Amino acid sequence: MHRPKRTPASRPVLLYSFVALLFFLAGNVVSHAQEGFKTETSSGVSNIRIAVADFKPTSDDPQTSGFKHTFDATLFADLANAGIFDIVSKSLLPQSTPGAPAEIKLQQWADAPASAAMVAFGSFGVQGSRITCNGFLFDAKNLQYPQVLAKQYSEEATDDSARQIAHRFADEIIFRLSGGSQGIAESKIFYVKLSGGEKEIWQMDYDGANQHAITHLGTVSLSPRISPDNSRLAFSSLGREGFQIRMFSLVLNRMVNFSETGGTNLSPAWSPNGKDIAYSSSRTGDPEIWISDSNGGSTRRITSFRGPDVSPVFNPRTGSQIAWISGRTNLPQLYVMDIDGANVQRMTDGGYATSPSWSPNGQFLTFAWDRKYGPGAPGGQDIYVMEIATKRWIQLTHDGGRCDFPSWSPDGRHIVYANSPDGKATHMKIMTMLADGTQKRELTGAGADMPNWSWK
Amino acid sequence: MNVMQAGIRKSLVIAAALVAVGAVTGCHKKASGIDPNALGPAPAAPAAAPTATITADPLAIDLGQSVILNWRTQNATTVTIDGIGDVSINGTQTVSPANSTNFHLTAKGDGGTTEANVRVTVRVPVAPTAPADADMGSEAAFHQNVQDVFFDYDSYDLRPDATASVSKAAAYLTAHPAIRVVIGGYCDDRGSAEYNLALGENRANAARTALIAAGIPASRLRVISYGKEKQFCTEENESCWQQNRRGQFSLDK
Repeated sequence: MHRPKRTPASRPVLLYSFVALLFFLAGNVVSHAQEGFKTETSSGVSNIRIAVADFKPTSDDPQTSGFKHTFDATLFADLANAGIFDIVSKSLLPQSTPGAPAEIKLQQWADAPASAAMVAFGSFGVQGSRITCNGFLFDAKNLQYPQVLAKQYSEEATDDSARQIAHRFADEIIFRLSGGSQGIAESKIFYVKLSGGEKEIWQMDYDGANQHAITHLGTVSLSPRISPDNSRLAFSSLGREGFQIRMFSLVLNRMVNFSETGGTNLSPAWSPNGKDIAYSSSRTGDPEIWISDSNGGSTRRITSFRGPDVSPVFNPRTGSQIAWISGRTNLPQLYVMDIDGANVQRMTDGGYATSPSWSPNGQFLTFAWDRKYGPGAPGGQDIYVMEIATKRWIQLTHDGGRCDFPSWSPDGRHIVYANSPDGKATHMKIMTMLADGTQKRELTGAGADMPNWSWK
Repeated sequence: MNVMQAGIRKSLVIAAALVAVGAVTGCHKKASGIDPNALGPAPAAPAAAPTATITADPLAIDLGQSVILNWRTQNATTVTIDGIGDVSINGTQTVSPANSTNFHLTAKGDGGTTEANVRVTVRVPVAPTAPADADMGSEAAFHQNVQDVFFDYDSYDLRPDATASVSKAAAYLTAHPAIRVVIGGYCDDRGSAEYNLALGENRANAARTALIAAGIPASRLRVISYGKEKQFCTEENESCWQQNRRGQFSLDK
């Protein structure tokens, strides 16, 4: 992926998208040319150079130092992970630690070697059982009226609070500087945790922190899918009669009802309004895509074709289309249809395609694809992104072992996925990357699979 | 106007009713009386036919208890009860049948023969039925005769070798009607977990469909797909993958 020349970020995003589109149309005369379309990470907004100062400790409480370290590290990582910043290395920062607007000498930060366009700084202290934190974002190029953002936080004094404050402040900064898209530092990732022969559903923060179990069912639970409002978690679980769709309420912190039915029931997917669930059900003897309401009622069948139909996902922008995987022509391929089953359109031209996830803006699908599938064939299963309108695709992972279950972040700039370097199922771990395939990093160790990023 | 129409309709109904009454009365008069020509000379009176009744009290007993038979006949000269022999024309007798019996009474007289029946039910304590295992055959015999079927990669069509083993399985299951079967669908660990669960379902269903086609009732067959969640063999080579691409038959206990 080539990037356009860097330009100031304050100009309208729309213009750049349009320019990028023109380049894209002009540069792709041959329909099989697969390079050139723009995912949101590369949509024309250049990276802003930002300096993130360590916050100034404002109390002598012995807890301050530990919590402040968590806060500083989390804020730095959030901004680095956002994919829209060029972060000034900490070794290049001025020696001072400003805690308030009156204490900052902005010119120091604007000059080389920091050469920052933006500076995030503030104060952090623990008083009694509360954390008090003041955060500022200053425009280093505007010495007269530099303040872009000022935020004050007061939370319970825990390590998790320190991390959450950093996430919230980071999201504010990202929202201001990204051209209006929401940050993802407060989003969650749900995934499958392997332990022996059992698989439970777990949850973690978007950066891999705070990993903890949601279910304790003692069986094989798969395919967690969080509802758009973060209130309920749908998944599929192995019982005496086979796999059934199950539902966990994160509000009530217990299992809630979802009507059971015959056959194997798999891979639930929420409609963007949170009212419907599409899933694969073989109650008729052949796995087909069905849609029910979120309690398992009002069930209707969408597909009708011999062979496996599985892994549906709604278009999160419109709610009127479903992408899914069908084995109707032998090897599984990626398809798109309307939610009434009309206008079936095949997206992939061959190989073995699985696990689609639809980008929040509705324009792209990411999925796992083994383009030369078969015994002894070269290549492996990697993560791809396809532009739906043109069916052009780019490959995001290369030679890193088996990859599967990509899931878009709420801002459409990141993709979380599962990766096993040696291909063994027990060695699957969860990774994130930007949606152009850069900045890959691990969120978990081995034994984690099927990540699903929350909608907000 | 509506009122007037209603009035006309009402008078029509009354007129029709009067006509009907008149017609019925007329018919009655014609049908009454007996035709003298129909009366002929009376035939000679035959000997009265015998009548017979037989009852048992109680009608149902446990094994070893007795029951009282009670019979009454008229116009009979000889009366026999099967299993007891000739008896008086009216009588009672206490019997203790070993199993449920039809007491059949035949009454013969000058006027002919009449029969009467009563059934006494004897409740024989049922011996405890043999454990289901006996009916279902041994686990070993099951697996010897009902062998798992294996599939080509990414296929859920039964291969010729699988068709043969399904025929053998169907014969065994037909001979052991008490056996119910769980068919598990399995896949090798390549490919994607969700898709493999759907594929495993298709594999198990292919085996189920073949058994149904061979005459095994669908109610005896249950299908569960395990996809690649349960593996028979965990090495990364073709012989191992082949082990995992299977439809597994097991006793549904």
